[in-house]
Amino acid sequence: MFFKYLSRELVRRRKQTILISSGLSLAIALVMVVAGMASGIKDAEAQALSSLYGIGTDITVSKTASFTQGQFGGQRFNFGGSNNASSSGSRSINSDRLAISRLSATLPVADTTVVQRLSGVAAAVSTLKLNDTKFSGTIPNFSQSSSSTGMGGSGSGSYMQKMRQMGGGSSFNIKSFSVEGVSTNASNSVGPLAGTKITHGRALTAADANASVAVVDATYAKSESLKVGSTLSISSHTFKVIGLVESTGVSPNTPSNVYLPLTEAQTLSGEKGVVTTLYVKATNASEIASVKTEIQKALPKATVSTESDLASSVSGSLSTASNMVDQMGGWLSVFVLLAAFAMSILFTTSGVNRRVREFGTLKAIGWRSSRIVSQVMGESLVTGLIAGVLGLVIGTGVIAAINLAAPNVSASVSRFGNFGGGGFGGSGGFGGSGGFGNRSGGFGRMFGQSSANTMNVVLHANVQPWMFLAAFGLAIIGGVLAGAFGGLRAARLSPAEALRSIA
Amino acid sequence: MYELKNVTKTYQSKRGLVKALDDITIAIETGDMVSIQGPTGGGKSTLLQILGGLGTPTGGSVVMDGIAVEKLGDSGLADVRAKKIGFVFQNYNLIPTLTAQENVETALVPLGMSKAERQERAVAALEAVQLADRATHLPSELSGGQQQRVAIARAIVKEPAVILADEPTGNLDEATRDDIIDVLEKLWKDKGITLVIVTHDSQVAKRAKTHLRIEGGKVKITKA
Repeated sequence: MFFKYLSRELVRRRKQTILISSGLSLAIALVMVVAGMASGIKDAEAQALSSLYGIGTDITVSKTASFTQGQFGGQRFNFGGSNNASSSGSRSINSDRLAISRLSATLPVADTTVVQRLSGVAAAVSTLKLNDTKFSGTIPNFSQSSSSTGMGGSGSGSYMQKMRQMGGGSSFNIKSFSVEGVSTNASNSVGPLAGTKITHGRALTAADANASVAVVDATYAKSESLKVGSTLSISSHTFKVIGLVESTGVSPNTPSNVYLPLTEAQTLSGEKGVVTTLYVKATNASEIASVKTEIQKALPKATVSTESDLASSVSGSLSTASNMVDQMGGWLSVFVLLAAFAMSILFTTSGVNRRVREFGTLKAIGWRSSRIVSQVMGESLVTGLIAGVLGLVIGTGVIAAINLAAPNVSASVSRFGNFGGGGFGGSGGFGGSGGFGNRSGGFGRMFGQSSANTMNVVLHANVQPWMFLAAFGLAIIGGVLAGAFGGLRAARLSPAEALRSIA
Repeated sequence: MYELKNVTKTYQSKRGLVKALDDITIAIETGDMVSIQGPTGGGKSTLLQILGGLGTPTGGSVVMDGIAVEKLGDSGLADVRAKKIGFVFQNYNLIPTLTAQENVETALVPLGMSKAERQERAVAALEAVQLADRATHLPSELSGGQQQRVAIARAIVKEPAVILADEPTGNLDEATRDDIIDVLEKLWKDKGITLVIVTHDSQVAKRAKTHLRIEGGKVKITKA
């Protein structure tokens, strides 16, 4: 009788059933889509980050340079002394400098062993991240008034004044690319070369530890017309390209442009015995937080970042989408869900009000209030479950549509967290015909290029098993809430009052 | 069957306190057929509700088959209604989504019977009101007289001690009215139940053996 009565009532009041189920199902679908998008965005951020830190890296350990006032300047080049001065007052320069970023500091290579020994660490490798900057062209001859002037630092004010007085006459190129010294002994389960494949040639091996060989990012190699067997000048030292590498992820880009044996990179840059980054893989995902704490204890001066910490360094439209989902999506879901619950309660209570005679009669013939409440609850619960199924269908449909559309979002990942991405200056210049930055992008390009990776990531919305449980959970909560209010109204009906009200 | 002693029932309305029943003392014997008449608002329905355990008196005592009804809580009253009392309403009050047989079965649900037993007794009750051939019909597919027969079947299916009918012929034409009263009278005779009918219709009231006239909360008893 319970189910027969229940099903007939739901069919009889089909408009109410459809209205309540639709409202609840739309709310459930919205929650699913927002959750699916949030999960998809998280995956996209992970993809974006993996292009910088390699696939499989759970934690990175680095050290940020500390600056005192006046230190924060550009890279230092020595343009005085041996460069060729001409009679026209300008001189040609040709400089090639390999150095770690001014924004990062180094860690002793021995820290790698310290981290490797910590519990919960599956693997740890260290690398030395460098920038090779080539500066070539002509600049005004300052030797009469200043034999050696750095562009950065506290003296830049008087330097610029002199530049203006000289009236330009500069013409030069700045070319910069990222170089990463990697261990030739470590496995590639973690680090910049994890999740990559050699497309041509071969990888670095232990035998290459002291050899002048390089593996080059395939995309960079294409842009620079480099092939296996080509030579590459780094800090005025020639390296032979032995392999080309690309990421197996969504974007083919790998974290750096060129990979050298770690010892070679340390020697060339004058950074012997140090590294800039430790890539750490935890034994399992649940260990990441505790491993982070362990590393922080062992290396108190280092910056220890997990993937979720680094997510904030992702910018571009992916970041906008992430913010929208985080800030608006969550609140919108809560608001719509509450509105749907309120609507279910209102319609169910109003349905009970319309059935006063029915419930009064049932009470008169001996039905207890609890039986009538169960009937109302049952009807409401089934309405909720219908909403759950509808919500799942709609939610899955919308998610499928999003995945079918596969929207591309751009993601910029700053290499040094909040320091990167921007850079100084741009295409301006200081007077005259030349000036800094007119052709090569100036200082902005010099720092910005190596510190920010921009890529297009296909945004997917994920459907996960917990969403099915959550959808039904929400449907049941909606059904129970509406049934509880409606049932309470039915329970409070006095049979005499109910029958009198319709007499 | 019933013993009412000094029963009063008052309501708080917007115009003040309304005394629907004013110190009523009556006895209704088992197997009697009683009509209750009186002007609208005189207290007929209030008396029927108290007899049916749909409400409790404000004062006095109501004893039904030895049970002090006024002392029962909601559950106790529901049990009494489920086992001992059958109701017939002016508007039939059938559940519109259930068939005639299912409507009759609703009266057996609180008694915890098996589905088979419920169905068997419902069919028998419909046969008793000569409506077995309409068992699978919805109320909307039945005439007013047929719907009232279903309501009577629902009232008798549990074999109650008393049937309380509130204007059972109020919505019916004369021919159907006589037909329904015939059915009720036959059941009263055959099953030996107590039958209490609230009616405005003198033709219906004439069939009763005991007449109660209630006016201004006071009752006057006449035996046929």
